[in-house]
This record gives sequence, structure tokens and C-alpha cells, in this order.
Amino acid sequence: MKKEAVTTLLEVSDLSITFTQYISGLRQRTIRAIINLSVNINHGEVLAIVGASGSGKSLLAHAILGILPGNACVDGKMVYAGELLTPARQAALRGREIALIPQSVNFLDPLMRVGAQVRSGIFNGNSTALQREIFDRYHLAVGTEQLFPFQLSGGMARRVLVATAAVGSARLIIADEPTPGLHPMIVRETLAHLRELSATGSAVMLITHDISAALETADRIAVFYAGTTVETAPASDFCGDGELLRHPYSKALWQALPQNGFQPIDGSQPSIDNLPCGCLFAPRCSLASRDCLTTVPELRSLRGGETRCHHAA
Amino acid sequence: MLLFLLGRILRLLTLLVAVSVLSFLLLELSPIDPVRAYVGADMLKVGPEQWAKIAEYWGLDQPLPERFARWGMAILRGDFGVSMIFRRPVLAVIGERFLASLALMLTAWVFSGVFGFALGVLAGMKQGTWTDRLIKWYCLTLASTPLFWLALLMLLTFAVWLSWFPIGLGVPAGVPTYEVTLSDRLYHLLLPALTLSITGVAGVALHTRQKLVEVLQSDYVLFARARGESGLQVLLRHGLRNIALPVTTLQFASFSELFGGSILAEQVFSYPGLGQAAVQAGLRGDVPLLLGVVAFSALFVFAGNLAAELLYWLIDPRLRPKGDACEQR
Amino acid sequence: MPVSSAKTLLLSCRSFNRRQRTLMVVALTTVCLLALLCGGLLLGEEGLSTNLTNRNMPPSLSYPLGTDWLGRNMLARTVQGLSLSFAVGLAAASTSAFIALVLGLTAALGGKRLDAAITWLVDLFLAVPHLVLLILIAFIFGGGITGVITGVTLTHWPALTRLLRAEVLQLRSAEFVLVSRHLGRSRWWVATRHLLPHLKPQLLVGLILLFPHAILHEAAITFLGFGLSPHRPAIGVILSESMQYLSAGSWWLAFFPGLALLIMVRTFDVLGDNLRLLLDPHSAQE
Ligand code: SF4
Repeated sequence: MKKEAVTTLLEVSDLSITFTQYISGLRQRTIRAIINLSVNINHGEVLAIVGASGSGKSLLAHAILGILPGNACVDGKMVYAGELLTPARQAALRGREIALIPQSVNFLDPLMRVGAQVRSGIFNGNSTALQREIFDRYHLAVGTEQLFPFQLSGGMARRVLVATAAVGSARLIIADEPTPGLHPMIVRETLAHLRELSATGSAVMLITHDISAALETADRIAVFYAGTTVETAPASDFCGDGELLRHPYSKALWQALPQNGFQPIDGSQPSIDNLPCGCLFAPRCSLASRDCLTTVPELRSLRGGETRCHHAA
Repeated sequence: MLLFLLGRILRLLTLLVAVSVLSFLLLELSPIDPVRAYVGADMLKVGPEQWAKIAEYWGLDQPLPERFARWGMAILRGDFGVSMIFRRPVLAVIGERFLASLALMLTAWVFSGVFGFALGVLAGMKQGTWTDRLIKWYCLTLASTPLFWLALLMLLTFAVWLSWFPIGLGVPAGVPTYEVTLSDRLYHLLLPALTLSITGVAGVALHTRQKLVEVLQSDYVLFARARGESGLQVLLRHGLRNIALPVTTLQFASFSELFGGSILAEQVFSYPGLGQAAVQAGLRGDVPLLLGVVAFSALFVFAGNLAAELLYWLIDPRLRPKGDACEQR
Repeated sequence: MPVSSAKTLLLSCRSFNRRQRTLMVVALTTVCLLALLCGGLLLGEEGLSTNLTNRNMPPSLSYPLGTDWLGRNMLARTVQGLSLSFAVGLAAASTSAFIALVLGLTAALGGKRLDAAITWLVDLFLAVPHLVLLILIAFIFGGGITGVITGVTLTHWPALTRLLRAEVLQLRSAEFVLVSRHLGRSRWWVATRHLLPHLKPQLLVGLILLFPHAILHEAAITFLGFGLSPHRPAIGVILSESMQYLSAGSWWLAFFPGLALLIMVRTFDVLGDNLRLLLDPHSAQE
């Protein structure tokens, strides 16, 4: 694939996802998992989406692929390669143009040999040869293709999972928490594989809670908080005391890192069934003013990034 | 593996022994007089002397522990005694009757398995649609249907109204056993087997449906969909592969219901199987036969359960040792 | 253009009234079952008397379910049979639920040995086909009505015991229970204050779902000729008697009583399932 100019591959604007659920007594309640999320990703770049675990980041990946469960209600607009991403379009693209790297071997069929599972992502060409080639590239022994997922060691599992996405010719690769609690060596290796993929021109969306992993790999970083992105910034802005960062939450995240003073943020994310009505970060924000409690800040461009804060400058 | 098998067999033995011993003790403590049960309608013609003789013949004049010991020793030698109704060794009666029942149960087992599986897969794939609701409703209703009533309806429809089938009996009446042909047997087998199959479908179908729904909600199916597999591809590649084993296993573990069902079906269609023998033994007080049937049915149920577990061990790769996988990294 | 599919919208609309619908089903089934019970009690012996002028009548306006070979009103017999089934079902379900609760709690809280013993006992009861077990017990009790009722009553607890045991084991490791134990509360205190309230829904649903099994087994065993005397109109007896008249074409003798039994069993089933939906919403999420 030829290197393309910096153009947007996927643009997500105002994406909201709500779920209807039954609680005790068969009463219904609606859960807003993702609220007015906007983000875009360019050809050949690694975009990291960083946020606390359990904040619904995976749903963004599932929404892009169109594989949300039936009780989810999606609102907003997604444009892929200049075309509106409709359910029909998603069905045609997923697996071919858009690939997912899942977080664990549980996403592999437990009763199917891994070789066959990697081959099922190949749509044209000699699938056995291609699969062998990619296994070779990722240093997976020939016998590995005969193994069942439960027989894989942690590092092997990771390489197989990356292989499932790399074996096709996807232009957008979404890695959903690809390094959960792994040995640092395996983490580094996996991230290197992701960079490699972006070097071939693919766009890589790295969804993770691990901000240092994101900084190591990504060109740009989107900070995710309580169901929305509060800031998008070049990775280089995460430096010093975080004075280049635009949103108080990003700064706090940065300062909470061990190498930056280890200052934890007070409080916790609001629970999804009891969201504040103004800025979602207001209850924990030291800069919060009256405005912040009543009006939701719009996403606005600022110094080559984007942020969702009234007082950012 | 070997240890597992041994453990299982040991458990079978304790359960079998417990079943036999408990049944024996309970029967001994019951108010039933075995001699009266044996004599039956000839009661008035039997004098007290003869009465005592019969009691002696069965060893009924001895104290309980003695009788228990005698009975236990006999069982260990494989001697279950003589059936009072059939006047033949219990094991011979059971063996012969069981073959007839086995033909019935096996047919029903296979048919209900195949149809139930197909129905369950259909419902699971169409989960939440009207097809699914219809199949679910049908199966749940079937599960609430008294089997013997369904058998009566079959009898009414096919034997009384349409006269396609005989009203009962495993073989034509008045024909000596050696002249009964295979087609005769099949002819008489069909209706009870059909009844038993129809009710058997419900359980398999509901279970298959539930397993398939679980599989379809799993992470690996989500990933398969993320890789562009369509609904049918998901079913063929992952669905069937992952539900086949639990469903087959359940089918093996359902021998208990199958046996119960065959008792009722045999009773309605007067099919001379083991179930009918059990009912007769119970009604007419044939203690040795009843004990034999209880022990044998326990063995039958256990065989099903054991087969189910063995199947898992043989087929599911996750239960195999991890093998050389780790050295390859 | 929104990506939202019309299908998801439709789905949420249709299930909007699910709570009301479920509540209605629960109320309706309860009323039906109670009406049946009252009907059986009110009808008494009336209609069971023989009436030789009206023998073997097919269903008609005055005898909706026809009459039998003694001219007895089949509607009355069927209702009587069903209320007998109801009574046996009630006895069996409540006894079994009680046994299951005691054994389940003991197994889960009483230490390893007791647990193993109770698990073994459950296995023992499940080792013999249920119907064979019923025949055995009915026989031991001399084949009378006591035998049948005892048999049905004493053999329906194993499955529920397993369920409750698993439930208690899960609850036991729940945080609030651990904290209580830590605070030095006795096992009994924890069992009555924490476990029982949580088990109540399971127990209630389990109890209701025991009815169908018990009723079907009672009908089956009486059909086979055990227990209840021919004068007592149990559904099983009615059906087994009808067998002699089927070849003569008296189909209504078998058809309606069986259908009535089926409807009753299914009603209990629906009631139990809907109650479970109300109490345990996770099963409704699918
Ligand atoms: S909008 Fe106000 S409350 Fe929200 S982050 Fe900015 S300053 Fe803080």
C-alpha cells in the first residue's frame, strides 16, 4: 500500500450509544454508555484512546464494526473513507477493511485450531501459505497452527491475535486493550507489531487504559472520560508538567503517572446511571465554575488538538 | 484418565449397592406379605401348611439379618432370584424384556435427538423472532403433556380411527414367538417409538436452543462477527462445533427420563418391554423382579451418565493434557 | 444520518410494557388456578353419581365433556380429578421445597462431610428413573393412596436441593456475608438474616415449578394402576379406565381430561416462569 498524505480515514461525530436493560421487577432503565463522542483517525497513524477500565471504550470499537448487541441504540454519524458508514457498509467492510484485535484468547473459538482461525480472515489468495507466512513473521513455530487456543502461552496468544488482523489487508485496525496485564516484554513486542502495521499505511486505533503504553506507540492520543472524549492531543503534548495539555482530566492523568509525581485524582468517574448535567468532569475538577455545573462544554479545536472544556486555553 | 474412570466406577458401585440395599430393606419393612402376593387369587385354595411351605421356599421364615445376608450373597453370585409372576429367573426376564425396550428406546432416542437438535438450532438462530417463539411454545407445551395421554391420542388416531396400526402387543396375538418376523416387530414398535420420540424432542430442542444462544453471545462469536462472518457462517463454523458436545452429552444423561417414558408408552401400547414388567411386578407384588428392575434401571441410567462423561474426555480438546504446547514458545 | 437501526427502536418499543404484561400473566394464571381449586371444592360429590339413562354420551350442551359408561358427568369428574392433582401437587411441592431448603442450607453451610453426604443422597435419588422410584415407593406403602402421595411428595426435592445449595455457596462468598461472619455472627444468624431473604425468590419459583412435575408424576403413577381407587376421580384413573372404551369410539373420555391436565400443568409452568422473570431480571435480558 502506498503511503498516503495525511487524510482522514474514519471520522466519528457525535456518537451516542444507549442500552435498555431490565432490572428487578422487570422495570426498564436506559443506560447511556457513550455520549456525543467525536474522534477521527488518519491513514498510517496510531491513535490511542485512553481511559479508565470499564468506561465503555470497547463499545466504540464495536460500534465502528457494527457488532453491538441488539438492545443497543446508536446515534450519530460515522464516515469511513469518505463514505457514510451504514450497517450494510459495516457488514461489507468488517474483517476485510476494518479488523479487530481482541483483548484475550477468549475471543478465539475454543474448539478450533488457531491456524484455521487465522486462515478464516483471508479472503483471497492461498490461505495456507499466507497463514504460514504470517506465523513465520511473528515467530510462531510451524506446529502452532495445530494448537487449540487454550494451549497457547501468553506471548503466543498475543502474536496469534495480532496475526488474525495482520493477515488480511485491513486499512483500519482496532486493537481493543491488546496488552491487559501482560509481561512488559510481551507488551513491548505487541506494541511494536502495532507500529509496524501503521508503517504499512494502515490506521491503528489502540484502545487502552495504559497511558504509558499509549505514549510509547501513538501519534495522537484521545482521552476518554465517562463515555466521551475530553481531549485529543498529539502524543508530544504529554510532557513536562502537562502544561501543553488542554483538559484538566488529561493533566491529572498525566500527573498521576509514577514518573510525574504520582498525584492521584480525587473521586471517581460518575456512574453511568447518575451523570452530572453540566461538564462530566465537574465534580472532580479544581477549575470548575458555575458554568461548568450547568452547561455541557462543546468540543472545540485548540492549539492543534481538541478539547471539551470551558476554561481550557 | 484411568483414575477418573476408577473413581466413577467406584461411585457407581456405592450407588448401586445403596439402591439395592435400601430397596431391599424398605421392601422388607413394608406391610406387604410376599406370600400373599405370590399366592394371589388362589388364596382360598391354599391351606396354612402350604402357606408355610411357600414361605420356607422363599426363605421368608428366617429373621431379617439372615435373609439379608442370603439375599446379598445371592446377588453377589449374580443370582437375583426367581420372578414370582413369570416363574423364571429374574435376570432372564430382565434380559429378554430389556431387549424389547431397548429397540423402543433406541429408536426414540435417535429420532428425538436428531429432530430436537434441528429444531433447537433453528430456534436459537432465529432467537426472539416468531419462529423462535413458536418452537419454544411448542416444546414447552410438549414438556407439559402427559406422555400417556399423548400415547392414548396416538392410539385413538392411528389405531382406532385410521386402523393403520394394531391396538397393542409387541407381536401379533396368537402367533408363536419363532414365527414372528422382523417386520411384525417393527410394525408394532413404530407407534410407541413415535410417541416416545415426540415427547423426547422437547428437552433436546430447548437445551440445544439455550446452548446455541449462549454460544452466540460469547466473545468468540463476537470476534467472528467482527471478522465479517455472516450468521450462517458463524453457525457452521462455531455454533455447531460448540454445541454438539454438550447436547450429545445431555442426550446421554437423559436415559432416566427415557426409561420412565418407556414405562408409560409400553403400558398404553401393551408393548412387552421391561417397563411393563416393572409395572406388573409392582402391582402384583413380585419382589425379586421389582428389585431386579430397580437395580437394572439404576445401571442403565449410570451407563448413560458414564457415556456422557467419557464423551467429554474423548472429544473436548480442553480436557486433554496441554502436551508439548508450552515447550514451543 | 443516524446509524441507529430501526430494528433496535422497534425492539425497545415492543418490550416497553413487558413488566405490565408479565404482572398480568402472573395474576391471570393465579386466578385460573384458584378458580379451579374452588370449583373442585364446590362441586363436591354432585355429578359424580351414576346416571344409567345418560350413558356414553358424546359432548353436548348439557354435558360439555360427555358422560362415561355409568352416565357420570365427565366435566365434574375432570374438575374433581384436577383438584385432587392440585392437592397432591401442593403437598409434594411444599414438602419438597422444605426438604430442599433444609438440605441445601445444611450442605452449603454444614461443612465438607455433610456436604458430601447430601450430595451423595441427591445422586442416590437421581440414580433410579423417577417413575421406577415411584413404583417402588407406592409398592412399599401397600399400593394405596398413601403410597402414591408419599412417593410423589418425597421424591421431588433433589433438583431443587442442588439449585439451592449452589445458590447458598455463591451467597456465602458474597462480601456482606463474609463481613457478617467476620463480625462474629453465628452461622444461624447469617443464615436467617442474610441467606433466607436472598433465597426466598428462588424458593418461591422453585416451589411453583415443582407443581408441574409432581402433578404429572401423580397422574402417571395412578394411570399405571397404583394407589388411588377407581372411585376417586384422579386424572390418571380416568384415563386408564377410558382405555377400555377407546376402541368403541368414546374418544372424549380420554381427550378432555388429558387436555385439562395439560392446560393445568402448563399454567403452573407459565406462572413459575413469569415469576422468575419478575424476580430475576437477568433471565429476561436475552
Ligand atoms: S469545563 Fe469546567 S469542570 Fe469541565 S473540565 Fe473544564 S474547567 Fe473543569
